[in-house]
Amino acid sequence: MKEQGGRPDAGRRRLLRAGAALGGAAFAARAALAAAEQMVQLPIVNGARRFAAYPQKRPLIVMTERPVELETPMAVFNEGVFTPNDAFFVRWHLSNVPTSIDGAAHRIKVHGLVNTPLSLSVADLRANYEQVEIAAVCQCSGNSRGLFDPRVVGGEWTNGAMGNAMWKGVRLRDVLNKAGIQKGALQVRFNGLEQPAMTTTPDFVKALDMDQALREEVIVAYSMNGQPLPILNGFPVRLVVPGWYATYWTKMLEDIEVIGSVENNFWMNPAYRIPDNACACVEPGKSVKTVPINRMNVRSFITSLQEGAKLRARQETEVKGIAFDGGYGIRRVLFSADGGTSWNEARLGKDHGNYSFREWRAGFRAPRAGSYALQVMAVNGNGESQQIGASRWNPAGYMRNVVETVHVQAV
Amino acid sequence: MKTKFKKLALALAALGLTACVTPSVADKASITLPQETAHFKPGPGSDVATTYCTICHTADYIYMQPPQNRAGWTATVTKMRHVFGAPAGDAAAKQIVDYLMTQNGKQ
Repeated sequence: MKEQGGRPDAGRRRLLRAGAALGGAAFAARAALAAAEQMVQLPIVNGARRFAAYPQKRPLIVMTERPVELETPMAVFNEGVFTPNDAFFVRWHLSNVPTSIDGAAHRIKVHGLVNTPLSLSVADLRANYEQVEIAAVCQCSGNSRGLFDPRVVGGEWTNGAMGNAMWKGVRLRDVLNKAGIQKGALQVRFNGLEQPAMTTTPDFVKALDMDQALREEVIVAYSMNGQPLPILNGFPVRLVVPGWYATYWTKMLEDIEVIGSVENNFWMNPAYRIPDNACACVEPGKSVKTVPINRMNVRSFITSLQEGAKLRARQETEVKGIAFDGGYGIRRVLFSADGGTSWNEARLGKDHGNYSFREWRAGFRAPRAGSYALQVMAVNGNGESQQIGASRWNPAGYMRNVVETVHVQAV
Repeated sequence: MKTKFKKLALALAALGLTACVTPSVADKASITLPQETAHFKPGPGSDVATTYCTICHTADYIYMQPPQNRAGWTATVTKMRHVFGAPAGDAAAKQIVDYLMTQNGKQ
């Protein structure tokens, strides 16, 4: 994972050292500018990216500027099991994202097939509903799309379109039950404040079937890691659908509508769909029946060592990383230092619930100098694991969960 | 004085009383996005691409893609017109495809 190589801090430190003799504010300003322009080469064709610090964000990998999309460097996931708000990835679909929001004036409209339509402020959510908290991974459907072979068009992420946060809010089902769900309700659809530049562009509207919308872990969240959501992550409220891909986690949520039909707009069909089979895969060029993308599959990553890292032969190195799945919870993590020939059980870190990142650690002692292919593979509470070997393919670049490899050099 | 304040802060933190430094969730929030830097590189058709494509997105949406052949870029431009409503006519669409082939094309 070469994207780890381009940490902006390293460049800034180098610059600060080199220019220490110069001193003064002018140099500091120049150093800050240089750091802001730090580049990184992701390990893919057309993978040159720059780092930039957007408002409320530390320097992140800029994939696109408008709609803004920012990728989290893998090294961030080594800092802790929760992803800091200022490092959390950003992904918008439409050109017009509000940059100034009055959280007190914001209202969420609840309507459609309900007995009593509601108009809820954040204060209403805090005062009139049970407050709940849940640790959950938010992962873009297209996370790792750039690593697909053959490549597919779309947002060309490597592995950093994901993050784990402690979300606080109220259950969606409590809100829907207060409004009173009427007979014939099939789905709930969600809209946020982002708007297309032209009225001819389909608005970004997503829908969940009633059974998913009514699950107890689905919440309307006003807090992320104990703080208000950054604007770029959906201030003042977003939907949180633990275990499901981020496409359903509507940001700046303003409209909840219970409908008696199946939503069929562009963003539900044909966008955000996967092959309707067990592997969510298909051979390039072949067509296949599709369903809306839904629950996340099992993934795991090494976060403490980057591609090409050097370590000491004949010395114990603790390797560390994260694992997660779509809600069954991580039960085992296996670590290999020989490209998957032999596997050892890793030690699991604190359990923050089935929807959270789970930290793992494994000891590694390179018996001699040379190159080692480190791999990690997780197993969830449903017995599901990751794919070994060449990655499966689908035309939209969704649901990659191959066992990833980090090559290191023991010296 | 400084030490005292630090002690107080630690005591408050120990009691979980950090709410005093946590901004209210109902606060107004406002940001200013950085100036856009991702522009189409000069060349025949870059003005047409800028006119139509950047209504909805910056040029980095093109440069980050894996190189596309003519059929690939034509499919993308067709999607932009017919699904997303880009107001480019047939002539402009052809100019855009030609330009994209010079920017990120393959045979």
